[in-house]
Amino acid sequence: MQVLSKINKQSTLLSSVISVLLGMLVGAVLMIAAGYNPILAYGALFKSAFLQPYDMGETIRTITPLILTGLAVGLAFRTGLFNIGVEGQFIIGQLTAVIVALKLDLPPVLHVTAAVLAGALGGALWAALPGLLKATRGVHEVITTIMMNFIALYLANVTVRTWLTSGADSTSRIPESASLRWDFLSSMFEGSRIHLGILLALLAAFFMYFLLWRTTLGFELRSVGLNPHASEYAGMSVKRNIVLSMMISGSFAGIAGASEVLGTAGYLSIQGAFTGIGFDGIAVALLGANAPLGILLGATLFGVLTYGGSNMQFAAGVPFEVVRVVFAAIILFVAANISGWIMQKFKKGGKK
Amino acid sequence: MDMLTSILQTTVLYATPLILAAMGGLFSERSGVVNIGLEGLMTIGAFTAAISTLATGNPWVGLLAAMLAGILFAIPHAVASITFRADQVVSGVAINFLALGIAVYLVKSMYEGAAQTPAIADTLKRLPIPGLSEIPVIGPALFNAFPTTYIAVLVTILSFFILYRTPFGMRLRAVGEHPRAAETNGVSVIQMRYIAVLVSGALAGIGGAGLSIAIGSEFNQTTVAGQGFIALAALIFGKWHPFGAFGAATFFGFAVSLALIGQLIGLTAYVPSEVLSMLPYILTILALAGFVGRAEAPAAIGKPYETDSR
Repeated sequence: MQVLSKINKQSTLLSSVISVLLGMLVGAVLMIAAGYNPILAYGALFKSAFLQPYDMGETIRTITPLILTGLAVGLAFRTGLFNIGVEGQFIIGQLTAVIVALKLDLPPVLHVTAAVLAGALGGALWAALPGLLKATRGVHEVITTIMMNFIALYLANVTVRTWLTSGADSTSRIPESASLRWDFLSSMFEGSRIHLGILLALLAAFFMYFLLWRTTLGFELRSVGLNPHASEYAGMSVKRNIVLSMMISGSFAGIAGASEVLGTAGYLSIQGAFTGIGFDGIAVALLGANAPLGILLGATLFGVLTYGGSNMQFAAGVPFEVVRVVFAAIILFVAANISGWIMQKFKKGGKK
Repeated sequence: MDMLTSILQTTVLYATPLILAAMGGLFSERSGVVNIGLEGLMTIGAFTAAISTLATGNPWVGLLAAMLAGILFAIPHAVASITFRADQVVSGVAINFLALGIAVYLVKSMYEGAAQTPAIADTLKRLPIPGLSEIPVIGPALFNAFPTTYIAVLVTILSFFILYRTPFGMRLRAVGEHPRAAETNGVSVIQMRYIAVLVSGALAGIGGAGLSIAIGSEFNQTTVAGQGFIALAALIFGKWHPFGAFGAATFFGFAVSLALIGQLIGLTAYVPSEVLSMLPYILTILALAGFVGRAEAPAAIGKPYETDSR
């Protein structure tokens, strides 16, 4: 995959920073065009995300699923796959987690563990199909995962409407035993909705690092991503690794969904449109150069922008969507390696 | 109105924007540039059509503006994926983000935070074809359609003619199949791909416009809601051929219409409407997996091209 080698070679911290700054510049231009003051707006954005313990807790809560979806996209990228289906796997993770939370009656710690695992499994299985189709019939995973996103959305909605409720728009609240909330943690951040999902996210980041760079399986997965033909020749099963990689990626996405529904919302509603958290994962992974540490930093930045962006709406009157535009611009700049181009121009200029 | 007529009419209604956007995708992908960004290009078309119709009171101005906006928003995709050789899928995803973000942002800042534009009074009106529209059952459905429907049919025929019967079309397809060979024969791969991606923006823009100023009469966040992706599915399902894509888009339009009027005709007593909504996507996966006939993508699709000339 083209993007892969490009990212490994050139995406340094510097080029990510340049892309972020350029993206924010695009946002600023848009704000000026609509008659807002970008300095005031960005000021409000960053201030509101950090100053109060409550806001910090909410920022961490916003970062949590972004780490997981970023890892999902990043892990697939590392193994040569583009998983656009993280959004769908996220939705299925929400669904399977909420089913276990509502339909099973288990003691506290066991219940929440089972629900999270159900989310991981749901996401993994949802991702397995595009993996299988790619491995056995050579179907490009990009198109299948996009289609699977829509199927997931409708499937979750119909399940909520017909099986989990009788015609209602959202399920009842999950029992306390299946919740990821922890009063102690919440009270440390003035009652914000921060939950144990952040621990799951950090564990997942460590897991990705350990798997890819400290195990034989991880070596194979990366090797298949870099050169499937050479890997096949070396006796690795490319097909098995494709399916496996999609499933691990999907399980990260599923855990993201589980942690959102078990920690943040506490119930599942019928959704008219995608949450966007899965798509944000693409931006996070690209910015983080598909490395666990980079993804943590990328998720932090996007989380701050997302949470701060909604407060910016109150403080400076700027619609939240400007943040989405900034995300999009950052993706474009990273993907096109604009920063590399700029740096090259500088070097050439210096030589003359 | 007769039940069959109403199903036909709704099918035509929903197929129209899909056909237009799918033809847009056809040009881009035939030249070797993946266009996941159709959704975003439709969104920007729908938005631009809405606000320019509101401003001028003339939906035809809206349609033209939507086309231009589609071209404008295809430029970043073209520059990133052709000139800077970015991953075309990533770039397309970014276009979707960008378009929806900008459209909703501008709507909110133009209308004091409202998530939709005001209702548009001067929408494109249905245009009956004298005589033909009198035919029972199919007349009111097929020959009393919105102007965008006639445009869609025209564009399909033209696309076929251009791609398969003109030197320009041959070159464009050659660039998508074997760019190196095309370049050797003096065809500029870069130039061809730029033209194709911009055409793609123009057509998807018109397709989006139909959603806000013909079928609907406002723009909001859910005006397009996945139809760009269905158009992409139609393109694949129709095996990257104008008539194939036309047929597939019509079929998907039929599926959407069934999902919508399922309630009306009692269908939802047997199948939940969501299952009907899933149909286009499930079929596309089956088609891709080869169960509905093998899909034949252009050979050089998704591969950035590097010229020899430096």
